[in-house]
Amino acid sequence: MTAMTYLEAGKQALASAMRNDPMVWCVGEDLGRGGVFGQYRGLQEEFGPRRVADAPISEACIMGAALGAALVGTRPVVEMRFSDFALCAVDELVNQAAKARFMFGGQCRAPMVVREPVGMWRSSAGQHSQSLETWYAHIPGLVVACPATPQDNHDLLAAAIRCDDPVVYMEHKNLWGLEAEVDTGRGPVELGEARLAKAGTDATIVSWSATLHAASAACEALAGEGIDAELLDLRCLWPWDKTAVIESTRRTGRLIIAHEAVSVAGFGAEVAATVAERLHGQLKAPIRRLGAPRAQIAYAPNLEDQLRVTSDMIAAAVRESITGVRT
Amino acid sequence: MKAPPNTDVDAALALLAMMERIRAFEEQALAAAEEKLVLGAIHLSIGQEAVAAGLVGALRHDDILLSTHRGHGHTLAKGADALAMMRELLGRRGGCCGGKGGSMHIADFSVGMLGANGVVGANIVIAAGAAQGIRLKGGDQVVCCIFGDGAINRGPFLEGLNWAAVFELPVLFVCEDNQYSALTRTTDTSAGPGPAARAESLGLRATSVDGNDALALADTAREIIARLRTSGRPEFLHALTYRQTGHTATDPAAYRPAGEAEAVAQDNDPITRLREHLLLAGCAEDACVALRRDAQREMREALQAARDTDWPAESAAFQDVQDVGSPAAEAY
Repeated sequence: MTAMTYLEAGKQALASAMRNDPMVWCVGEDLGRGGVFGQYRGLQEEFGPRRVADAPISEACIMGAALGAALVGTRPVVEMRFSDFALCAVDELVNQAAKARFMFGGQCRAPMVVREPVGMWRSSAGQHSQSLETWYAHIPGLVVACPATPQDNHDLLAAAIRCDDPVVYMEHKNLWGLEAEVDTGRGPVELGEARLAKAGTDATIVSWSATLHAASAACEALAGEGIDAELLDLRCLWPWDKTAVIESTRRTGRLIIAHEAVSVAGFGAEVAATVAERLHGQLKAPIRRLGAPRAQIAYAPNLEDQLRVTSDMIAAAVRESITGVRT
Repeated sequence: MKAPPNTDVDAALALLAMMERIRAFEEQALAAAEEKLVLGAIHLSIGQEAVAAGLVGALRHDDILLSTHRGHGHTLAKGADALAMMRELLGRRGGCCGGKGGSMHIADFSVGMLGANGVVGANIVIAAGAAQGIRLKGGDQVVCCIFGDGAINRGPFLEGLNWAAVFELPVLFVCEDNQYSALTRTTDTSAGPGPAARAESLGLRATSVDGNDALALADTAREIIARLRTSGRPEFLHALTYRQTGHTATDPAAYRPAGEAEAVAQDNDPITRLREHLLLAGCAEDACVALRRDAQREMREALQAARDTDWPAESAAFQDVQDVGSPAAEAY
């Protein structure tokens, strides 16, 4: 076990995959300068400019070229810089990469990882702050991963690179500096397996990405009040661990889903609907969804904060679920 | 047309044979569409056969080809099986994509044909990446990317050509200019002096060729592809041709000036031109007639066999969706 940041853990997973497989390479803007957040620092020195390729600001071509390279048998890792910019490459990802294998009748695979840093950090406004994971969870053919911890940024990125499907890999920009003990030698994780972040008996909280940490803080606050909440880190939105969520909710009878993305048609709705379909009659309280209001993300910090799902909000939702009283 | 001094009659006959096969395939596809055997849209390449035969015939078997929604001819020329293609158009079992892609997504990876594409210009960036992947693997194949004149107004045209130039990738970008962007004359919606000038502005060597002259196309393509294989740099080919049919099989193309299509069919049909050339070069007319007859029989039989083929197994709807989170495994 070594203490390392979320950023460093991702970098080590990529470097290790590149050392083990000469067909793994990465492409994106500014990678030779370490990438916009430094998550590629030193890789071009080790692997050269062909395997750590500096792309022009051509998102559509970065994505499309990665698909072409995947179709001939390499395993590209694509850097999109901000998930917002990946919208310039939606045709290449959604119409092309996600469909190639199916439409061509299984003649090919499109093994590519698309790194799309998501989320609000501070004062980056409407085009550098969004959490659009639900868009991709909606698209057949894609896998969607949203790591919340350094360990998972290591293990899930390694799994994503090994995966033969296109994986939309959404790191959260506010987590780059998060540090924790990481075991880089742990075996492969399964994409689509939730992680039990905290066991509990009174209510189930499901979260992912940066909001997981707000939920974790909420659990601590609730523990001080004698409420023992269980926290599941979903880690992947497709496939998502229905079994774990349903099993936990069956035990606790209460479900609260918290995410940073807009609540309307957010992935919390999918989780809530699935659990309602399976556990109707066994629930002790209505399922609660917490997400952003359906509004653009503002620049001014006090306005930006209006959209955040906080640990207080999550704790309040759990209390309400238990007492039936909205506070 | 004057008789050329040094026509390689065998090579020209081979070109003609492929062009006749493409024309016959398209005619059968049209018949199948009229009979409602082809259910979705098809885009025919009648009148553009010289590009497919001349250009694609100059590629090596393991070279890579990416095509457009109007890609039957390119696919046949790359060596795909006509029956598997016809089955695909009809959505049947044994189609080259198992009946899951249809005409617009026809592909045969076994002959290096990495797919037609339903989105105009989308193949340009994929082609650039295919060349990059091949280089990473140490291969010496070149990539040929065919797109229409409509594609030059899409962003991926700029991005893909710039990419191939910057990374020095052996991609032959071919603008198969049939003069119409769906239902609109391309010159009405395109600024500047044309496709080749746009490519040249990005530093690509650009060549223009009469896209209805199969022999000129074949010669030009061979020369460019040989150069590409040694230089590793992308080039651009503008082949001016003409779409003798509508945009789709059901488009009467009434937007065209009266007599335009008829005049081209009369005076500038690529098959007629090559035939006449061969006759002037001393080839027996019987040989040309036999090629057409054989091609028509082959494609008639292909359509007959395709219509006699079953639909795909229903389980195929959930195969090859994805490995992780597959509906086949979890029945979501």
